[in-house]
Amino acid sequence: MDFLRPAGWEEALAAKAEHPTGVPIAGGTDVMVEINFDHRRPEYLLDLNHVPELAEWEVTDRTVRLGAGVPYTRVIEELRTELPGLALAARTVGSPQIRNRGTVGGNLGAASPAGDAHPALLAAGAEVEVASVRGTRLIPVEEFFTGVKRNALEPDELIRAVHIRRADGPQQFSKVGTRNAMVIAVCAFAIALHPRTRTVRTGIGSAAPTPVRAREAEEFLGAALAEGGLWEGGAPLDPSIARRFAELCAGACRPIDDVRGSAAYRRHAVGVMARRTLGWVWEAYREDEGRTAQCA
Amino acid sequence: MRVNITVNGRPYAADDVWEGESLLYVLRERLGLPGSKNACEQGECGSCTVRLDGVPVCACLVAAGQAEGREVLTVEGLADHARRRSSATAEAAEAAGPGAPGAVRPGESEAAGAVRRGAAEAGRPGESVPLAPVQRAFIDAGAVQCGFCTPGLLVAADELLERNPDPSDADIREALSGNLCRCTGYEKILDAVRLAAARTAGEAV
Repeated sequence: MDFLRPAGWEEALAAKAEHPTGVPIAGGTDVMVEINFDHRRPEYLLDLNHVPELAEWEVTDRTVRLGAGVPYTRVIEELRTELPGLALAARTVGSPQIRNRGTVGGNLGAASPAGDAHPALLAAGAEVEVASVRGTRLIPVEEFFTGVKRNALEPDELIRAVHIRRADGPQQFSKVGTRNAMVIAVCAFAIALHPRTRTVRTGIGSAAPTPVRAREAEEFLGAALAEGGLWEGGAPLDPSIARRFAELCAGACRPIDDVRGSAAYRRHAVGVMARRTLGWVWEAYREDEGRTAQCA
Repeated sequence: MRVNITVNGRPYAADDVWEGESLLYVLRERLGLPGSKNACEQGECGSCTVRLDGVPVCACLVAAGQAEGREVLTVEGLADHARRRSSATAEAAEAAGPGAPGAVRPGESEAAGAVRRGAAEAGRPGESVPLAPVQRAFIDAGAVQCGFCTPGLLVAADELLERNPDPSDADIREALSGNLCRCTGYEKILDAVRLAAARTAGEAV
């Protein structure tokens, strides 16, 4: 095994081009487990800890360009206003020790269906910026996950950053597990209201071969909110709307039975989380609307 | 490969390090610092918790090469670290504390004695370093049973109190949520952290 330690982004891309089988390592919270257990013996380890630009982020008008190497702890502490859904999801990752090392870039690289960041990215709306010596491309996060632990990266590509839409409305994240820390999600759910575009987006984790959006549920809810004039009035949501939304979210799952839970349980739990998180974000939206109305 | 690391304030060079090796392995097997424990090797148990440039991490998940040129604090250096941090008042109060560091004292378990001795052996040979407030509190509160999880808990708890000298119970639970104790001594462990916080606050007045 060789340990490659590029000191900058260009150097990292050159190293990956030269050694396409090289495994990038940032926080090490996935890669080192595989090495410790002898499940993986990469020819090259490509350490990204010394690439300073990966640990930075830029906040622009509509998006946050989050460097692939920003640890979860910093997302929680410094980006919760811009990225509330992702910050909530980040809080459920592992433990403080894991959150201090683990990164959203690493989560995407591993592309586990149970990755905690994924539902929040799907709900917020995000594009993955990947690069190689050949150039840079932006991949919508929906298209990034191609199968269980598979992603759209070419062998010579590295993840540079994630462009995540800044929250323009309330966001929530919910996850089922046996305790509040050190848990791989049995299943997870994220929701984001986007009042500016009058849309709702969702993300489901650990209940299909890849993280997925519940598109039918999003369309149903978007239409129900529009037809009822609910975005403007901020009226309470009819329970039948929440129920139907939950059913459609459960229907978007393609879960399996495994050690963490049965397919039936996952489908049921996603429905429950969808209904609850919708209640939370809608209440938050109504409060916001109420305040705005008072100010005006 | 060779890896250069500063551990507990002292520079070390480890040779013939395998590229896939963890920082934990380097500490325990190459640098003779077995305080950080090796249990799950997957970041679940926290018994290998050390601070990497001040940040608590699982040493089993840091590739040795990633620690190149960086500063590591292990449980062996905790007492010294706490001493440097504490005020002159705290130092004076600490000095009035423990006596001979080697023996197991009446009423003290073998494991607790080991904690105390481990800390005492940390600095330079032959020189006894008083325990860090969290170490003292773990012994006094009966938070040490088999002792295997203790080093990781001490490093995590000490970092919490450095960051937040007056933590709520929720803060303590959150900070220690990545450290498992299979003797199920959590209540005593929480007592110990509260005790360390209270004592440190008392000394600061």
